[in-house]
Amino acid sequence: MPEAVARSDLDALDRRLIVATQAGLPRVSRPYDAIGEALGIAGEDVIARLRRMLDAGVIRRIGAVPNHYAIGYTANGMSVWDVADERIDELGARVGALDFVTHCYRRPRRLPDWPYNLFAMVHSRSREEVAVRVAEIAVLLGDACRGHDILYSTAILKKTGLRIAG
Amino acid sequence: MPWPGGGSTPVVEAAAAVPDETDRRIINALQGDFPLVPEPYREVAARLGLDEAELLRRLDAMLERKVLTRFGPMFQIERAGGAFVLAAMRVPETEFERVTDQVNAFPEVAHNYRREHALNMWFVLATATPEGIAETTTAIEAVTGLPVFAFPKEREYFVEMKLHA
Repeated sequence: MPEAVARSDLDALDRRLIVATQAGLPRVSRPYDAIGEALGIAGEDVIARLRRMLDAGVIRRIGAVPNHYAIGYTANGMSVWDVADERIDELGARVGALDFVTHCYRRPRRLPDWPYNLFAMVHSRSREEVAVRVAEIAVLLGDACRGHDILYSTAILKKTGLRIAG
Repeated sequence: MPWPGGGSTPVVEAAAAVPDETDRRIINALQGDFPLVPEPYREVAARLGLDEAELLRRLDAMLERKVLTRFGPMFQIERAGGAFVLAAMRVPETEFERVTDQVNAFPEVAHNYRREHALNMWFVLATATPEGIAETTTAIEAVTGLPVFAFPKEREYFVEMKLHA
């Protein structure tokens, strides 16, 4: 059930590098040297290992994660859709490409409690704007969609980010 | 996208100090492709017409004020041998606080949001091994006495940082 793939060929040092950097990069002139020093390897080895993990997809990207609220995206609606199975992959790719959709996944239905198989996260400045964008998705899906809902978040109960144990 | 702001939208979380124009240029420039060179901040600063000390100071300040939640490599945990899954629960209103405390106490719970729906609690579980997901789900059901609906990703259509500051 979990969405795992085979463990990549990461060695023990790669895993130590993940643990050392998952909370963030040091804000110093030579951050890779600083990490290398902590791990007992050269800064250029840190760079080479990060490069390899980026190429292998173990690292998605290296950059900043803004707080949605702080940059003005105060409304967060998880739009969920019941899309015909034979069309979901074609349409899911188009929904995912919309510039206001930040995440888009196919997930299993849980009948009878949950009929929806496409999840598209929409971030906007207001609920009204989320609703407008969700309407755009509805137009795109057309009659391949049998129903949808928007689940607005009303509180962040916890947010610590994804971590692996050291 | 224009800078969003100034509306009367209720903010769910306490608003962080608003980033200024330079902060926003930094956020937009650091969405990905941070240089893998010995002095990466100097390179980014030069691109933005700032000096390195100013960039570092602003980055620290934005992390401190929580305008940025983090800065560094984003790992795809499954590719590192771990696993994660989206899960939801139907929590009775009267028990919401108790269940929140119980669920959040699990270190495997990375994010947890309250949402307006019969399924009113949505969280992401992240574990070091694929087996950890089922173990944690079972443990949460045992502690809370409520069923957990797991929604594993079957396919990812497109995931990219597209929000502009």
